[in-house]
Amino acid sequence: MSEFKRPQDDGDFQVNFTQLKPLMNATEAYYESSRCLFCYDAPCIQACPTGIDIPLFIRQISTGNIDGAARTIYTSNHLGNICGKVCPTEVLCEGSCVYNHQDIKPIEIGRLQSHATTQAILADTKLFEKLPDNGKKVAVIGAGPAGISAACELRMLGYAVDVFDAKKHPSGLALYGTAPYKISNDDVLREMKYLEEQFGFKTHYSNRISTREEYDNLEKDYDAILLGIGLGGTRSIRIPGEDLTNCEGATEFIETLKLDHINANIGKKVVVIGGGNTAMDAASESARMGAEEVVLIYRRTKLEMPAYDFELDLAKGVGVSAKFNVQPVEVLGEDGKVVGIKCIRMKEDYGDLIPIPDSEFVIDCDVVIRATGQDKQRGLLDVLSIKYDKAGRIAVNEHFQSSQEKYFAAGDAVNGGAEVVNACAEAKQAARGIHAFLNDK
Amino acid sequence: MADLRSNLAGIKSPNPFWLASAPPTNSGYQIMKAFDAGWGGAVWKTLGVPVQNVSSRYGAVNYRDRRMVGFNNIELITDRPLADNLKEIEEVKKYFPDHAVIASLMVQSKEEWHQIVKDVQNAGCDGIELNFGCPHGMCERGMGSAVGQEPAVLQTITEWVMEVAKVPVIVKLTPNISDITEPAKAASAAKADAISLINTIQSIVGVDLDNLVPYPIVDGQSTNGGYCGPAVKPIALNMVKNCAQDPNVGLPISGIGGIETWKDAAEHILLGASNVQVCTAVMHYGFGIIREMTSGLEQYMNDKGFATIDDMVGKALPNVKKWENLNLHYKVVAEINEEKCIGCQLCYTACEDGAHQAIGLSGEEGNRVPFIIEDNCVGCNLCSLVCPVEECITMDRRDDGEKHDTWAARGERGEQPTTFNDKRAGGLHHWVPSVQDALKHRKS
Repeated sequence: MSEFKRPQDDGDFQVNFTQLKPLMNATEAYYESSRCLFCYDAPCIQACPTGIDIPLFIRQISTGNIDGAARTIYTSNHLGNICGKVCPTEVLCEGSCVYNHQDIKPIEIGRLQSHATTQAILADTKLFEKLPDNGKKVAVIGAGPAGISAACELRMLGYAVDVFDAKKHPSGLALYGTAPYKISNDDVLREMKYLEEQFGFKTHYSNRISTREEYDNLEKDYDAILLGIGLGGTRSIRIPGEDLTNCEGATEFIETLKLDHINANIGKKVVVIGGGNTAMDAASESARMGAEEVVLIYRRTKLEMPAYDFELDLAKGVGVSAKFNVQPVEVLGEDGKVVGIKCIRMKEDYGDLIPIPDSEFVIDCDVVIRATGQDKQRGLLDVLSIKYDKAGRIAVNEHFQSSQEKYFAAGDAVNGGAEVVNACAEAKQAARGIHAFLNDK
Repeated sequence: MADLRSNLAGIKSPNPFWLASAPPTNSGYQIMKAFDAGWGGAVWKTLGVPVQNVSSRYGAVNYRDRRMVGFNNIELITDRPLADNLKEIEEVKKYFPDHAVIASLMVQSKEEWHQIVKDVQNAGCDGIELNFGCPHGMCERGMGSAVGQEPAVLQTITEWVMEVAKVPVIVKLTPNISDITEPAKAASAAKADAISLINTIQSIVGVDLDNLVPYPIVDGQSTNGGYCGPAVKPIALNMVKNCAQDPNVGLPISGIGGIETWKDAAEHILLGASNVQVCTAVMHYGFGIIREMTSGLEQYMNDKGFATIDDMVGKALPNVKKWENLNLHYKVVAEINEEKCIGCQLCYTACEDGAHQAIGLSGEEGNRVPFIIEDNCVGCNLCSLVCPVEECITMDRRDDGEKHDTWAARGERGEQPTTFNDKRAGGLHHWVPSVQDALKHRKS
């Protein structure tokens, strides 16, 4: 029996997807901030890709200087609120908290960060003075974490910025791809609105820029272009039956879930293929949507699984079961719909992963979700003659400048798919790179 | 089993824990409830001509998430009629004949003193405490600490009281004075039976930063209060010790100030108090804390082999000397237990910025355990005090214990440094990092 009932309305949905890191009230924040040791050369700062001065903002919270805390956070990370909720803090700042070495619960840095930034957002606190307009213009392609972070930073430096995105809403995967129990859509869009109003970049949504001609026009109108284009759709795994109805990509499944909530396609028995964090999310989400049984299959061992341990624990905590050393062979169908998946057991053979003969078996199911990685945007890069590596990642120099000097890039399109916080960190550097490039000319 | 029974100058109680004269002893109801909970004695909220109080009355010092680390009040003595209080004293003694009920008194004229002493004795109190300590409000009227700050006046009034006293008399001292032994000696000269200390310390606990008024706020204004709570214990312990060590005082002491746990009480007793009085801790947590206090003190006495409270009194006093008699050859240095270290580096920054630059960082990737630069370590303890891990930084003895020398002895030998650059001083050969290392944020 499943732990969760299929949600019938949005109220049910919110209950099933209760926030894992709920907002702290002022007292809780005060107590928690009081525990911080204010380490010298603090490991949490070093563990944060954006290098937020964490002990400082925690001390500012504990002394009642909430605006100061928010300013400290946003100075290093323009998506301070979203990152407080969606960052894998367990392996970043909180994972490095010295309390872990004492078997004491680490400081809840993520929730403290959300606490301070939420108050700044709700009060619409103006935190920064921008430099005067410098007369130069930058186009940002993609309104995801990289694009928006770069836009904020560029505005700080005095550039006019236009942000273009193919989708209807900003924030990219923060909205379209993050598990609903990590952050609500309202929270994401609230920070986006706050940033847009604070920094004053112009946004152009539902506005896909993809042809050579469109880019030619941008190149004429703008001094530089920042690509924050992320990744494409779910990659094919090239097995028979992949095109059956109810066999879908994880990115696509999650996007529907995030936007349409209860109308997402949920089976009674769901098999999720993959061992990454997206697979864990898709499995957790299926369970929380009321699937009776959810099975994760991963072709290698648990140790080799790229997902964070805590993400697997989260999935298991809502009833997901996991099978390791199992590779899908064929998605089975009847009348064009999924009825099962045929798998084979795998073993390690002197470093190679090989199937064990005669070990095939079938898992009955009515939905298969492929969380097997996303395609890269090679097509667009070819149109722009921008170099990329074998894995399809845009090749950039230390200033995040691509092989086409006017084009800079940051985020998943460069790093191949990492956390929101990595995109924020890279985008800031890319914006500074643009600034240096345009001022050296 | 240790015997917790206490005897202060002939006033007996089942244990050495008394409630101090304060809001928790404002009524017979409260005192009986306290005795029922396990308290050994109570000093009644000071009696006198009833007062008019203000609202509000208290302010607190919070440290991070800890409430009331320090506390102050501007409440005066009792605002209830004397007759009501006397009736309740009688009633308490009826229910609790073996518990100590002490009447705290504060009046002005000799006639008033004589009358009120007789009244409380008639009501059946076991002892009298003279409130010469209150440092707010009453002192403006020439009472409370105004008396405690004038040893001659203190002596005169105490003598008035002794003329009619039939029960032991305790003189309660104010710490708002430069040498606590002066009023203590005056009490002794007046033939008082005991002293109690400390009363509260004149204080302002904080300022309302929005309205620019100190706390507690009375209609937009404030006044100084009397400070108490855990924060004042060190001041109290030192004054208790000073009185206990002075042969010219020679009176039993009731220790007061910052007592919240059995440990605080044990410290007061080891430094010379025969019993202790508690107020703020009860105002914070209620009478129930007595259970921890008696059980903890009994356990400690059993562990240490003290059969009675008297066995414990003053046992730390022989170990408190003047600075000039401390051994200059004793040498400890810090040692960091690498297994226990959690890498917060608070010891590093404390020593680097606040002490003697005697802790270094390896600079190796992944190794956050600091190391001691032993040549620079003066054995000050700072690192071990800031370290958040128990027993991680210890102070290890380095001298062989053979040599003993003191400042006083050096003086007798004529070996104290006397000129500004005297080579006989300490601080020579102290390694100091380069000036450039101090200027990391300065743009060259």
